[in-house]
Amino acid sequence: MRALPVGEQALLVELESGAEAQALHAELLRRRAAGSLSVREIVPAARTVLLDGLDDPARLAAQLPAWDVAPLSARAEDVIELPVRYDGPDLADVAELWGVEEQEVGRIHAAAEFRVAFCGFAPGFGYLTGLPERYEVPRRATPRTAVPAGAVALAGPYTGVYHRSSPGGWQLIGTTDAVLWDHARVPAALLAPGARVRFVPEGTR
Amino acid sequence: MTDRAVAVVRAGALTTVQDRGRHGHAHLGVPRSGALDLPAAALVNRLVGNAPDAAVLETTLNGCAVRPRCDVDVAVGGAPCTVTVDGRPVPWSAPVRVPAGAVLDVGAAVSGVRSYVAFAGGVAVEPVLGSRSTDLLSGLGPAPLADGNVLPLGDPVAARARADVAPQPGPPRELVLRVTLGPRHDWFTDAALRTLTTRAYLVSSASNRIGLRTDGPPLQRAVDGELPSEGMVLGAVQVPPDGRPVVFLADHPTTGGYPVIAVVREPDLAAAAQATPGTPVRFVAVRRR
Repeated sequence: MRALPVGEQALLVELESGAEAQALHAELLRRRAAGSLSVREIVPAARTVLLDGLDDPARLAAQLPAWDVAPLSARAEDVIELPVRYDGPDLADVAELWGVEEQEVGRIHAAAEFRVAFCGFAPGFGYLTGLPERYEVPRRATPRTAVPAGAVALAGPYTGVYHRSSPGGWQLIGTTDAVLWDHARVPAALLAPGARVRFVPEGTR
Repeated sequence: MTDRAVAVVRAGALTTVQDRGRHGHAHLGVPRSGALDLPAAALVNRLVGNAPDAAVLETTLNGCAVRPRCDVDVAVGGAPCTVTVDGRPVPWSAPVRVPAGAVLDVGAAVSGVRSYVAFAGGVAVEPVLGSRSTDLLSGLGPAPLADGNVLPLGDPVAARARADVAPQPGPPRELVLRVTLGPRHDWFTDAALRTLTTRAYLVSSASNRIGLRTDGPPLQRAVDGELPSEGMVLGAVQVPPDGRPVVFLADHPTTGGYPVIAVVREPDLAAAAQATPGTPVRFVAVRRR
């Protein structure tokens, strides 16, 4: 773990892996909820957690290495289920990359338990980890100018859901009707960092 | 009609509703947004008796014109400009009573970029995630003003401010940005760090609410390869592949994959919001307090 000062009010904590970053993020949320950490924004990312709006970043940086950070625990009752149809235009390409039959892609994807590692790109767009490493796929060589809203997509180690139409280079494997972002709803984002997620093929619920 | 609202007569190049921003949602990918020149927005609010977080209009270079449907106190500040009511000049940076049906015209910036227009009671568009700010990166909040729009106003909450006029800093002839190095200064050569803090850059015309872009000597990387996406702060000096530093302003993305060589001190960002393209920029390294 390395804690890098960022300006005068922030710390960027860099970890060895995405899993460590997620575990630290969970610990930070626990401490903030318990009132022992005062911070305006906690922004997890691929291998870092940014803490912005700290009174004394140097003091926290000195304390962090001594923290006892529990590894992530699975709590099945919190799982958010997203209905999905595995009907994406890139199913065949993903099947080939994975070395499986096309109809196997959905089965493998729906068998995994995901966790929202972080959000970015657009409000409420979650980067979900949980697929075994051997199923990582590259982005498409040529990004699409318009990915349809509701597209369930893969890139690198991540699964994401486009909640509004936008350009994108991810491999599209399916479609969901879940409303991932509604700024008039509380909470606006269905998927926040740390949330557990399963994809449930329609007709199997 | 005498309802509490203003009609947009001339929207201008880019006029948005701004308050102090949308805080606490960065982890969802929601930018902070908010007025780029926060002290100017707070000052015009004070001149009309508003709380500092009331929503105001932020114009860009060529002002805007509105027609209130009720008598209302207004104040215009930020970038200096001509202000008229039905064609008659009225003071800038002072409270002015605009009668119902008259046209308040906020002229082109004489210097600087962004003028701020406060109305007593504030612009009362529906808040989104606790803020009325227009966020141009992700599209949250009200769309930029268009001719014919009608914006609701809130009820005035205080007696008219006593201040007749308030001094405001002039837009910078040279933009001096104090920076602390890091978090990714080790991704750059020593020569690049010297270049950043000793050579002159110019404000680029590609600047916007997301970032102040610069033209000048490119900064050489010492580390090749990609940085995994990481959290970004206001004032981050991010260096894209062309090597020209970009200073992140209010609508900046919450995460990014280009290394941040330094971070600008927050009090210096108001001047950055008022620096016109071509303004010289100096980055001055300071010690962390």
